[in-house]
Amino acid sequence: MNIFVILKRTFDTEEKISINNGKISEDSAEFIINPYDEYAVEEAIVLRDQHGGEVTVVTVGSEEAEKELRTALAMGADKAVLISNEDLDSQDQFTTSSILATYFKEQEFDLILGGNVAIDNGTGQVGPRLAELLNIPYVTTITSIKIDGSTVSIDRDVEGDVEKIETSLPLLVTAQQGLNEPRYPSLPGIMKAKKKPLETLELDDLDIDEDDVEAKTKTVEVFLPPKKDAGKILSGEIASQVKELVSLLRTEAKVI
Amino acid sequence: MNFALTDEQLMIQKMIREFAEEVVAPDAEKRDKEKRFPKEVFHKLSELGMMGLPFPEEYGGAGADTVSFAIVVEELSRACGSTGITYAAHISLGGAPLNMFGTKEQKEKYLVPICTGESLGAFGLTEAGAGSDAGGTETTAVQEAGDWVINGSKCFITNASYAKHVALTAITGRNGGKKEISAIIVPTDTKGFSVLDNYEKMGLHASNTTELVLEDVRVPADHLLGKRGEGFKQFLVTLDGGRIGIGAMAVGIAQAAYEKAIQYAKERKQFGRPISNFQAIQFKLADMAMKIELARMMVYKAAWLKDSGKKFSKEASMAKLFASEACTSICSDAVQIHGGNGYMRDYHVERYYRDAKLLEIGEGTSEVQRMVIAREIGCR
Repeated sequence: MNIFVILKRTFDTEEKISINNGKISEDSAEFIINPYDEYAVEEAIVLRDQHGGEVTVVTVGSEEAEKELRTALAMGADKAVLISNEDLDSQDQFTTSSILATYFKEQEFDLILGGNVAIDNGTGQVGPRLAELLNIPYVTTITSIKIDGSTVSIDRDVEGDVEKIETSLPLLVTAQQGLNEPRYPSLPGIMKAKKKPLETLELDDLDIDEDDVEAKTKTVEVFLPPKKDAGKILSGEIASQVKELVSLLRTEAKVI
Repeated sequence: MNFALTDEQLMIQKMIREFAEEVVAPDAEKRDKEKRFPKEVFHKLSELGMMGLPFPEEYGGAGADTVSFAIVVEELSRACGSTGITYAAHISLGGAPLNMFGTKEQKEKYLVPICTGESLGAFGLTEAGAGSDAGGTETTAVQEAGDWVINGSKCFITNASYAKHVALTAITGRNGGKKEISAIIVPTDTKGFSVLDNYEKMGLHASNTTELVLEDVRVPADHLLGKRGEGFKQFLVTLDGGRIGIGAMAVGIAQAAYEKAIQYAKERKQFGRPISNFQAIQFKLADMAMKIELARMMVYKAAWLKDSGKKFSKEASMAKLFASEACTSICSDAVQIHGGNGYMRDYHVERYYRDAKLLEIGEGTSEVQRMVIAREIGCR
């Protein structure tokens, strides 16, 4: 089975975001595989071990993203492809999904896995857009996947409830928390990762004109959320606390 | 000159740091209190292929370098000193002598289970009257009908309760008044071999420290490790590598103490402001950060020299001495910055302080490190 994972290099979840000249500062920030994409990598490896085949991890990113690809290889993926975005002036979900679609049209694939959402921009669009462009079915926020021949049984998280879906390959799915517990790369895995194939493609290699994939969106302003004031702790009899709370919600917070 | 870690070293650092924070750190305080060996941690480290880190792949190792070893020991020790020393001793005292001096057959039989984690590694050198002064060794091994018959006892031996075999030093003959010392591999289930786990220690309570008692322990002649009479030379080489491990442990514990101290100093308010506003506290924290940076650099340098096949005895001693003394003083200051809270178990820094002290003693005291350095710079 040919399994692909689309992944993104993102800020470490523990990183404090700071803004410099209207841009998010990346100085000395730590980067990781987007956590939801990590579930996708783990699931891909598990499925390969069950059904045979190969796992290829693909990203559209800077040269730096090679580190995250190597981590996926250390976890157990077989091959990696870095599609360089260095020629692009701007990149949004349209750009990324268009580039990936061009790449995948030349590949033989049975299953593409991605994260449900990237923790940086949080749009959750690239997976579904890619599936649309490839004209294949897709299921988002999955928490379980079982493959039997070409039949695929999926549990999908719908705001806490479970939706049971049966579909077929080829297919694109996006991973929700709870799908699995991603493994740590093993030490032998890390030592072998360097020797595994990592291919770097320029947009030219895919015959893509950067004007054709130019971002459809524009960033107008970047700002941090307002600072939160310390909370208020009510005291006294429960009944009077409830009264006070309701009146505060009406008059101060103005939420009811 | 290049101060950057390689991509591989960075990946190992990231992996082991996450592992240490998520798996090792949460129960460190509890294990210390209950004197409970981190068995499940080592089971998981085995699954990750960490137990044979620097040893050749043909024996189940990962073929990683000494810098990576130092990184792993530092990160484990930052989470839990007991886990750090268990791992460091496993590799540098248990596995390394077998790898350096063992025959192919011995490596297949004894190094492989160390690399897989089936056995922890242990090394029996110290006796009641002998440590860095190996001349005080009293344990004897006499050849009888092709076997070695060993009698004597060893003290302060790390990991032996979890080891399937121990390499230990014994007197195998005398040349005039001079003792001939050799190393012999002894399976711990051999008749007459007992491992006693009775010590009441100051710190590192979750690590396994034992006494070995050998009464007419009989092993075949081919259990001799390396050449007869070279036991003394072998253990000097072994300890050189071990000192890098102790230095790395010191950096890890010091880092943990420093992180706790700076976090506490920013949160703790006295006289209306965080105590990190006071220069008295700032200077302590600045000194901590400086000493850790310097200690880590020296540990890395010693490790790098070893990886480059260069002489590293002096640098390993310097790294061990500087890092361990820095660690004790940093832990002491970390307790001080925490005030009364620091004296309490809940704040962790008192554990770091207790654990740190061993590092000025194990694998050669600070005094012995100064002797080694003095000899290396030509004093006589």
